[in-house]
Amino acid sequence: MTTIYARRKATNAMMMGLCVGAAAVGLAWLALILGALLYKGLAGLNLAVFTEMTPPPGSAGGLLNAIYGSVIVSVIAMLIGTPIGILAGTYMAEYGRFSKLTMIVRFINDILLSAPSIIIGLFVYELIVRPMGHFSGLAGSVALAILVIPVVVRTTEDMLSLVPNALREAGTAIGAPRWIVIRSVGYRAAMSGIVTGVLLAVARISGETAPLLFTALNNQFWSSNLNAPIASLPVTIFQFALSPYQEWQQLAWTGALIITLTVLTLSIIARSLTGRKEGH
Amino acid sequence: MTLAIAERVDNRREKVVRHFALTDTIFHWACRLAAIAVLVILGGVFVSLVSGSWEALAKFGPAFLTTARWSPVTETFGALAPIYGTLVTAAIAIVIAVPVGIGIAVFLTELCPRPLRRPIGIAVELLAGIPSIIYGIWGLFVFAPFLQRTLQPFLIDIFANVPVLSDLFAGPAYGIGILTSSLILAIMILPFIASITKDVFDTVPGVVKESAYGIGCTTWEVVRRIVIPHTRVGIMGGVMLALGRALGETMAVTFVIGNSHRLSASIIAPGTTISATIANEFTEADADVYVSSLMSLGLILFFITFIILAAARYMLLRMGRQAGA
Repeated sequence: MTTIYARRKATNAMMMGLCVGAAAVGLAWLALILGALLYKGLAGLNLAVFTEMTPPPGSAGGLLNAIYGSVIVSVIAMLIGTPIGILAGTYMAEYGRFSKLTMIVRFINDILLSAPSIIIGLFVYELIVRPMGHFSGLAGSVALAILVIPVVVRTTEDMLSLVPNALREAGTAIGAPRWIVIRSVGYRAAMSGIVTGVLLAVARISGETAPLLFTALNNQFWSSNLNAPIASLPVTIFQFALSPYQEWQQLAWTGALIITLTVLTLSIIARSLTGRKEGH
Repeated sequence: MTLAIAERVDNRREKVVRHFALTDTIFHWACRLAAIAVLVILGGVFVSLVSGSWEALAKFGPAFLTTARWSPVTETFGALAPIYGTLVTAAIAIVIAVPVGIGIAVFLTELCPRPLRRPIGIAVELLAGIPSIIYGIWGLFVFAPFLQRTLQPFLIDIFANVPVLSDLFAGPAYGIGILTSSLILAIMILPFIASITKDVFDTVPGVVKESAYGIGCTTWEVVRRIVIPHTRVGIMGGVMLALGRALGETMAVTFVIGNSHRLSASIIAPGTTISATIANEFTEADADVYVSSLMSLGLILFFITFIILAAARYMLLRMGRQAGA
């Protein structure tokens, strides 16, 4: 009898030990990556990074044009993707909550949400780059917009679905047409959640590299022409990291640090927005 | 007099109502079109990949899938090496990451001291959002040299005289290669698996677990007999999602896989995956059939991930219904 107890206790101790070990190893590993990133990235972080252009091989410089290009491409992507995402989410939560179309869109959207981003790059290459005959910043923006849409659709739908029906009924009862109810009641109540979704989408695209490789391509120089190849931080990191030049590799690390800090900041802000709502 | 006023009011009211009806219809249709746009995008992805890969598929036929030769010079292309690399790296990554991820989830839901539970949970979720290029650059500069000095020579030496394993771990130790990519992928999908598994573990009703504890079960027995059976479908869904991510992952792998189209039995040797091949070669592809072959690779990846992701979503959906009921 006691041997059974002893064995069960031993098994329990062993398995729980393994679980603690898994958590320790997993988290330590990730901490190691962030540590290396901080260590190597900070070494090259100075003002020149934000004020100078990407250098030719073998000389010092900064990442200004890459950061600028990334911001432009991302802003355009958000301008394209956010309205479509919010409208589609609105349809799913407000107009067709139980319709067949909503069910299908939800399923497809979830697949798009985790589809490999390089495939989106190929799609936009076929859609825009090939007919236009050259790479362009606009194509990069469209590729990123396609990554934005599923994130925004998902959060908008979820957040609008949380708005109590009594609020909508109150709006309808005083004679407001449906779209005014959605705008003044639905969006207002779900605002922080929708903003969270948008921030998460920005976080997602700010580090995306694969879909930009053959849409926006890259550019050594300062350019804000959306009809021509444009530099972006992730693609520059990719190119510089794989180069044999010391200065470029250092800039790649610094760029990686900048991206990581951006993404983490955005995610934390997004999280605190919804966190506060849950706390109420 | 009053009649005229009433008529005027009626007229204005009618105008306002008509205006509202119009704007309402416009907004309704704008929303509906946006929802349909989501479907159109996925359809567009499929159509454009098929049309882009048509030339290569027509030229090479089904043999494209079974040929390992990839030669831009003679314009013969076969997808076997990238397909093999994609499946092997993803499989090894899943085998490593799933037990560790579930371990982290068990730790977070059952063992972790309450004040630490939320911070660690949030940290895990934040790590799941770090872009893959970060893992790639770390893999290239830190992890691959480290493996080249330590793990790889060790594996080569220790299995040198074991029949099958000596082929599996045949050197030289380059640092980069299939095994390195698999390990990086495993680290990358780890937070992802952990946070999904933790979420589905949280759906187990406390009463069920407490009744198991009440009859004297140990923590491990509660996890093994109650929590895991209860959430089996959800865990499977999460694992499939992670698998989908590992299969399609580009940047983390491209840095450290070595981009070699030679099929090798050794998992230490350099190889390639579908996404790494596309990322490395697409802008260099000059011939039409070269571009088209890369598109065909994309189409194959699309098919594989679509099936995996659809299965994953179906499972998570079933799980959600269970939890809702």
